[in-house]
Amino acid sequence: MSATLQNLVNQPYKHGFVTSIESDVAPKGLNEDTIRMISAKKKEPEWLLEFRLKSYEAWLKMEEPAWPNVHYPKIDFQAISYYAAPKQKPKLKSMDEVDPELLRTFEKLGVPLHERMALAGVAVDVIFDSVSVATTYKDKLAEVGIIFCSMSEAVLDHPELVKKYLGTVIPSSDNFYAALNSAVFTDGSFCYIPKGVKCPMDLSTYFRINTEESGQFERTMIIAEEGSSVSYLEGCTAPAFSSNQLHAAVVELVALDNADIKYSTVQNWYAGDENGVGGIYNFVTKRGLAKGVNSRISWTQVETGSAITWKYPSCVLLGDNSVGEFYSVAVTNHYQQADTGTKMIHIGKNTRSTIVSKGISAGHSNNSYRGLVKIAPSATGARNYSQCDSMLVGHQSGAHTFPYIQVANNNSQVEHEASTSKIGEDQLFYFAQRGINAEAAVSMIINGFCKDVFQQLPMEFAVEATALLSFKLEGSVG
Amino acid sequence: MIYKDSKILLEVRGLCANVSGTEILKGLDLTVKSGEIHAIMGPNGSGKSTFSKILAGHSAYEVTGGTVMFEGQNLLDLAPEERARAGVFLAFQYPIEIPGVGNSQFLRLTYNTVQTHCGKEELDPLEFDDYVREKMKLLEMSPDFLERSVNEGFSGGEKKRNEILQMAMLDPRLAILDETDSGLDIDALRIVANGVNQLANKDNAIVLVTHYQRLLNYIVPDYVHVMEAGRIIKTGGKELALELESRGYDWVGVENKAAARATA
Repeated sequence: MSATLQNLVNQPYKHGFVTSIESDVAPKGLNEDTIRMISAKKKEPEWLLEFRLKSYEAWLKMEEPAWPNVHYPKIDFQAISYYAAPKQKPKLKSMDEVDPELLRTFEKLGVPLHERMALAGVAVDVIFDSVSVATTYKDKLAEVGIIFCSMSEAVLDHPELVKKYLGTVIPSSDNFYAALNSAVFTDGSFCYIPKGVKCPMDLSTYFRINTEESGQFERTMIIAEEGSSVSYLEGCTAPAFSSNQLHAAVVELVALDNADIKYSTVQNWYAGDENGVGGIYNFVTKRGLAKGVNSRISWTQVETGSAITWKYPSCVLLGDNSVGEFYSVAVTNHYQQADTGTKMIHIGKNTRSTIVSKGISAGHSNNSYRGLVKIAPSATGARNYSQCDSMLVGHQSGAHTFPYIQVANNNSQVEHEASTSKIGEDQLFYFAQRGINAEAAVSMIINGFCKDVFQQLPMEFAVEATALLSFKLEGSVG
Repeated sequence: MIYKDSKILLEVRGLCANVSGTEILKGLDLTVKSGEIHAIMGPNGSGKSTFSKILAGHSAYEVTGGTVMFEGQNLLDLAPEERARAGVFLAFQYPIEIPGVGNSQFLRLTYNTVQTHCGKEELDPLEFDDYVREKMKLLEMSPDFLERSVNEGFSGGEKKRNEILQMAMLDPRLAILDETDSGLDIDALRIVANGVNQLANKDNAIVLVTHYQRLLNYIVPDYVHVMEAGRIIKTGGKELALELESRGYDWVGVENKAAARATA
């Protein structure tokens, strides 16, 4: 370690934190040294440092995308800290060794790492700022050969797997934020499901941003070998700061022959206050490669948080007969902006995709669906069905739909349906006349509207999502 | 039916109301006792529908004067949902469509909400299903009704039947039927009227708001009121409706003015 680096690492901790826990925060700014520092901190192999530096080089030459239908002041990438971690004990053997302050934080967030999750039989990986602090059920999963751990551990313990797949679905030069992530990613979850194994429990990662001036750049990878299947859940929150925090994650999924990956997200990053001050910039690249024949990748997302959401979980349907699905509910309120949707790239024969997108805009918010359905010449007999519904609440919100359809053969089928509706005074009066108050009415209308998506979520998540939506839209009608 | 010694359910005195600055009701009086069926008739724009929406508490209307007492409490103090829970039911002239919300789910929520308010037991989905199917027979409704979204894609007749079904379920003290006959063909009219007749009893009251006499062939009112320019200007028995049908509305106003001059 060079002297500069030593100094960097040993700098006093000058920030105050929301969870008062001793933290290790890198100084603001991004350059090669920052990247070397992150890599060194994680004791990474040389090839990964190379990957990071190459990505950084690519990123320097790229420009921030201007095409999304969102507006925000230019981000100063030198004003962000690229590494923040609760000061870590060397290695945690069991949950009991986790800092009690952290446990309390997650308890408050409704993610108790002990009882409830244990009862629900969900294995959890918890990411706090830049690092994974705990993974439950690791041993039990290992018995059937499943690897579920933090990305940092995976790099050290299973380098051959990480090296084989890292950046293969989302090349580091894919887009501006993916390149940034590839250069500075800190932690995330890694799942490997071996051949023929049906994962016996839902795997889950809970992301928490705690530090005000740090960005969160996690990287998640799920590899499902031949004939395996897994259901993965992701939850996110952050405390309320008046400044904006950047969250630029990358998620790569690979499904081999006959494998099945279901990825569900309930995203509830801090959205800013009612005047649009503060909140997370959620600029995320998620993509699944349905590499094998008959493989299936299914994305379900409930997006309620973030000041700005820019996110298009996509499927590349490479294997013949592979299936891609995207079910989305995006809710915006106050001054939130969301530009979200998916890409379905059909390459293999008889590939099928389904897109169901529900956008709800309230307050002064703006909600856009942007989706690409691309059918390559090789994708004979491909089929897509898309349904994009928007609901407006109040008079000052906006809903937009940007569908892109490219079909390069003459025996594929693409269907697109869209609708826009409004929760009106008259609907609420009708409910009231039957004894039902406005809150219950809105929740019933919204749930009806989102039904097709919610029923894709695992049970517990569906309940959480429903409650979240009702809370989110409270007081926005009537 | 008029019963001796029955209680006053609804008492409206000097009710005045505006909608966006225009005066629609100008001192309306009406007394409804339990067991009675009243018909409010009148030309378009006389304020009939406005009156029914004001009773239900629609926020677009501003009450500027008068009182409305319902079973001894000031109805105007109650929010719309509280009025509904207290037993005021409005069958809408144009029931609104609520896409995505299942009819059975909606019906159960409304039923259980009102039940809970009355201190009664809620029904679970299976019990409710039995209950509602029984009520649907009354209105000759097909069971697939429950599977559809509330009023979505319903024909005019189906929407009206759905309204009366809700009335049958909720068993209100006071039911106001706003132009329930409009848009109904003769068979549907007969079914709906038959349903309403079976629901009428000595403890509740029904106010029919209608433009035409036709409905009154099937649901026979105890009183017929003629409304004009935001007031009830004439009250009579069921034969008044027939007279209106043959002579139109104009003569009532003329006669009324003459009477007013005579007393002055």
